[in-house]
Formats: sequence, C-alpha cells, structure tokens
Amino acid sequence: MKYLDEYRDYASVQRMAGEIRRVATRPWTLMEVCGGQTYTIVKTGLQELLPEQITLVHGPGCPVCVTPIAMIDRAIATAMLSKVILCSFGDMLRVPGSTQSLLDVKALGADVRIVYSPLDALQLARSNPHREVVFFAVGFETTAPANAMAVWQASREGLSNFSMLVSHVLVPPAMEAVLASPDSRVQAFLAAGHACMVTGYEEYLAISARYRVPIVVTGFEPLDLLQGVLLLVKQLEEGRFEVENQYTRAVRRAGNSAAQERVNEVFEVTNRAWRGIGEIPSSGLRLRENFASFDAELRFNIALEDAEESGECIAGLVLQGLQRPYDCPAFGKRCTPDSPLGAPMVSSEGACAAYFHFGRRKEDDQSLVSLAAAS
Amino acid sequence: MINLSCPLPRPAKDRILLAHGGGGRLTNQLIEDVFLPAFSNAALNSRHDGALLSAGGARLAMTTDTYVVQPLIFPGGTIGDLAVNGTVNDLAMCGATAVALSAGFVLEEGLAMETLQTVVASMRDAALVANVPIVTGDTKVVDKGKGDGVFINTTGIGLVVAPTSIGPERIRAGDSLIVSGDLGSHGIAILSVRDGLEFEGPVLSDTACLWPSVNALFEAGIDVHCLRDLTRGGLSSALNEIATVAGVRITIDEALVPISDVVRGACEMLGLDPLYVANEGRFAVFVAEEDVDRALDVMRGQTVSAGALRVGTVYERASGIVTVRSRIGGNRVLDMLSGEQLPRIC
Repeated sequence: MKYLDEYRDYASVQRMAGEIRRVATRPWTLMEVCGGQTYTIVKTGLQELLPEQITLVHGPGCPVCVTPIAMIDRAIATAMLSKVILCSFGDMLRVPGSTQSLLDVKALGADVRIVYSPLDALQLARSNPHREVVFFAVGFETTAPANAMAVWQASREGLSNFSMLVSHVLVPPAMEAVLASPDSRVQAFLAAGHACMVTGYEEYLAISARYRVPIVVTGFEPLDLLQGVLLLVKQLEEGRFEVENQYTRAVRRAGNSAAQERVNEVFEVTNRAWRGIGEIPSSGLRLRENFASFDAELRFNIALEDAEESGECIAGLVLQGLQRPYDCPAFGKRCTPDSPLGAPMVSSEGACAAYFHFGRRKEDDQSLVSLAAAS
Repeated sequence: MINLSCPLPRPAKDRILLAHGGGGRLTNQLIEDVFLPAFSNAALNSRHDGALLSAGGARLAMTTDTYVVQPLIFPGGTIGDLAVNGTVNDLAMCGATAVALSAGFVLEEGLAMETLQTVVASMRDAALVANVPIVTGDTKVVDKGKGDGVFINTTGIGLVVAPTSIGPERIRAGDSLIVSGDLGSHGIAILSVRDGLEFEGPVLSDTACLWPSVNALFEAGIDVHCLRDLTRGGLSSALNEIATVAGVRITIDEALVPISDVVRGACEMLGLDPLYVANEGRFAVFVAEEDVDRALDVMRGQTVSAGALRVGTVYERASGIVTVRSRIGGNRVLDMLSGEQLPRIC
C-alpha cells in the first residue's frame, strides 16, 4: 500500500537500525511523546531492533489517558440527561471516570454514540433538532482544528442544539512538565509529528534551548521512528541540542496556518488538569467568550462532587516515563483493559494497554527475548 | 503540582455490555462464569464450535448460532446468508457435513415484508449451495422498538465424516497454520455501511459455505489436526482460544497474512487491527509440516479457499500464547480482543 509499505519495509528498517547501532556508543534515554508512536513501537516490536543502550520511554501524548477524571464524570453526567446525545471518539467510551465509564451508562440507556469526526456530530444535531447533541472534544493540537471548525460552523448556521465539552490539551507544556520533573531521565524527544502538522515546530526551539535537549519531529511508521531515533542519537553523541524535522512529508516549520487561525478564532489557551499528572499552566484550550454559547459545561451547568483519586494506579509515573507499565503491581492483574484502574490501560495508545495487548509483560518479555535470539 | 494518582473505579460487572457479545475476553468470561457452571456436561465443556454426540451408532455434530447483524442487508450478503453459512461452517469445523437446519425468527413489528422476503430468499439460496434443508422453524413477533428488524437463530445437525478426531488437542509442535483467504472483508463491509464510511473500493462480505474446502481436505486424505472458522474476534481470538486449549505457542508472520489493500486501508484509517476483524467465510487449518503443500493445493482448488496461504507455525510451550513476527522483524504477543475494538482518536 502506497505511503505505508515503504515505511515498513524490512530491509530499509534493518539498515536504519544498523546505522543506529553503529552511531550509539553510550546509553541514552529517549521519550516518544505521542501515544500513536508508542502503539507502533510496541506493535512492531521495534525496541528489539535497537541497541541495548537506547531506552525508549513512553510519553504523555495519549489523549484519553490525560483527560481528567472530573471531565469524564461531567461527560457521563451530561450523557445521562434525557435530551442529550453524547458523541465521542471511540477510545473515550471505555475510560473509567470516578465510578463508571461512558460505555457503562450506555448500557444503562444513555444515548452515547461513536463518531469519527466532530462534523458527524454536527450532522446529528441538524437531523435531531429536538435533541441536544454534545460532542466530547478531547485530544491535542491534532484534533483541535476539526473541533474548532465544528463550533465555527454551528455558530454560522445558528445551530442551537449543538455544544461541545472541551478538554483539549497542548503538547509543548507537557514536554516541559516532564523535563522540569526532578526525577526525569529523558534526554531527548521524538516530538509528535501529527500535532506538528498543525502547529509547526517553532515553539520547540525555546524548549530545546532552555533544557539543552534534542527534539526531532517524528512520524508514526517504523522507519520514521527509527530515523527519528538516529537523528536524536547523533545529536546526543555529538553534544548538540537542536530541533530537527524527520517528518518532512507532512510537517512544515510554520505548520498549517489556516488550521491555526481557525483554532485561535474559536479557542484560547487555559490551564488544564492532566489526569495522573496534575494541573499544568497554559496547557489546554477552552472556547472563547464569543463561542461560550456552545460550551456544554456552561449550557448544562451540572454540579459534580469532587472525584476521588486513589494511590494504587501509577499512571502519572508511567506518563512521565518514570516507570514502565509492568512496574505497577496492579498491571495485568487488578488492572486490565476489561477493568482498567487507570486510563493508560484503556486506549490502544495508552502505554499500559499497548504493553498488555502486545504482551510486554515481564515474563513475556523473557519469552520474546529468547524468540528474538532464535530468529 | 505533580499529583501521581489515578482513580479506582468500580468495575462494571453487574450488567451486560456489548463487549460480552464481542467474541473476546468478556465473552469467554461470560461462558465460564455463567453458562458452563449452569449447564456443565462433557460435550459442552469441550467448548468446540459444535458439540460431538453419538446416537444409534452415528457420529453427530450439533451447533446453534443467533444472528443479530445490522444492517440486515449489506454488501455481499444478508443476515440470511450468515444464518445458514455460519451454522453450516460451525458443523464443518467439527468435521461434519450438515444434514438439516432449523430456523427461528424474531421479527420486529413494522418490518417491511419485502426485507423479510429478501432475507428468506438468501437463506434458501445459501441452503441450496450448502445442500442442506431447513426442516423446521419458529416465528415470534415483538413490539416495535423491542427488536432490530430481524433476529435469526439457526441450529444445525451434522454427520461427522472426518476420518480422525479434529481439535486443538491434536495440534503438535511443528504443525503449520494455514488460513483460507484474505481476512477482514466481512467486518469492514459491515462497518462501511453501518457508519456511512466510504472507502476507495466496495468491500464485499466474505460470507460463504466452507464445507467444500473442508470436505476436499478429507477426500484428499489429509490428516487435518484442527479447524476453526474465523468469525467474531477474527484470527487473533481464534488462535488464542486454540493455543490455550492446546498448550502451545502459535507464531504467525505478519507479512504472510493475506489482507486486501482496501481492508488494510480501512483498518489503517480507523485504527483497527485486521487480525481482530470479523470474517464469515474464512477458516484456519492446522496440519503437520509434511502435509502443508498438499493441503494448500487442495484448498486452492476450491473457490471458497482459492487464496489459502501458510501463515504460521506451532512451537512447544507449556502455556498457550500467540506471537506475531512483525513486518519489520520485531516480535510481539497477539492477545485476545479485550472489549470491543474501538476506533482510535488520532
């Protein structure tokens, strides 16, 4: 398949991995920021191809993982209102709130629907004028333009039965939060290519300079990731810290200005709580005053009790790359994708779920190591 | 600022979720926690696609399945095709040729008669192809809103013709795994019409009667160790069930697994893994290494399995596991589907 097969080609991948082995002389710890990259790494067994010195840790770029519990509780409470059709991307449905998930309340009769685009939710609002259609807008810079577009379009059409529950977050502040953590082991970043398609990567220049950390904007296919790793390792070995763009087929330095304009017109930057991490200043988006009438939080104004957090799940440590999923005592035992204790066990992009599905349990790791040795 | 905790929700086990019907982990849990304890007996406990019975000296197989697909009519078939083929195929996986089917209908008030006619006509045609009569039936009508157009249950009785026993317990280290054709067409065909998604080409369901291919293997004298049709939960769920029962490691080579470009494209776009996507006319066969080439020749001679390929190998291991060697040469575990397969965000 064009544009995919060439980035999964066995020979090219092996060549690139060989080049990394040649260049790496010391141990380095790299973080891939985006959950989509984590998924590829674990699904393709890419870590096996890297030399032992290179450790990949999995970052906080999984939208459903970092959506705060209070926001999920709010989505659930909104979905329970009889007039409401709550629309969401599929991943979000299984994420546990403080007592249940959207799938649980769907089983109780709430009208919860999976959509593939916020524009589908808009269409639902048009065809159900007597219902309130609420779109649960989560995600990073990647999904913000389409969500902004939906609100903008609803505003233009005067669609009064459409609103959005906004829980948008931004990548660069999360990278800074990781770097600012005193326990951080991260020495370089594979930045999230798709978020950079929208934003470009000028914002990363300051982070790279301030923390003296190499950043490579990287794609999502195995060859992309290996090339990103190679560029980072070269920088680290040579003592450089620069921002480079591996994902040139999709990302330009300034990003997509039309998308940025629409996002800025509809949203403004705000403080956001990150699940498992806590509040990070200026790390999210909310609807601007002009579009406040489309804010589901204001429209339904549901009073919620504070969600209780428990100490058992180590999601915060996993999302910052301080622990591996299987370092958690609950991993694969009390916490599985069928009954997740924390969000990273839910989405396929969540590090815990990726490890669980693709068998990165400690004992399986052993079995895979022997497999790799045999093949 | 950093608050390293996460909530502890109450697991929702007190209600049925859609995933309980998804063919994955929750379905298995339901069988183990609710049905097996209640109905336990030797035939049921073997947990095969159908039960093997003997009556009056004859070796019989019996199976039942209920069909609830939406939409009722989809590219490449109808719920009626599925209801006949699915049950005939379950018998085939027991090494049995179908002798007779029953058909039970739950119809929703207000269903268009024309739709029912179409569904019934496709059942008749599928039964003709499978050479099996529908010998008894039942009809119930439920209030508008209490059904989804048509639900169909079919039960099949078959005569076991397989010369040897067939099942996971016969799988040995060194056996080869063959799949009968490209995977995932049925699931993607349903998704394409259900969610109004349009892909570059039309995807037709692969619904088909598998008996001709299975029978050809028997007639060629190939010692078939295990058969499994790849329905809900796709190849991965089937292999996980088999590996668990057989107590072996099954390894598949991702680059060898046949998946059409349009199915791959749709899965890439939606964030689905084709190894978990449903099929209705595909099956997996385990044979000894020395029989692979002959089995492939025989299967490729039958229309329904013309695309048969060897995709994996069985290795010794104390507890069951399925691993995949990825296209780029890395290894991973292929787990059973957890919950429903849900599209990713971005």
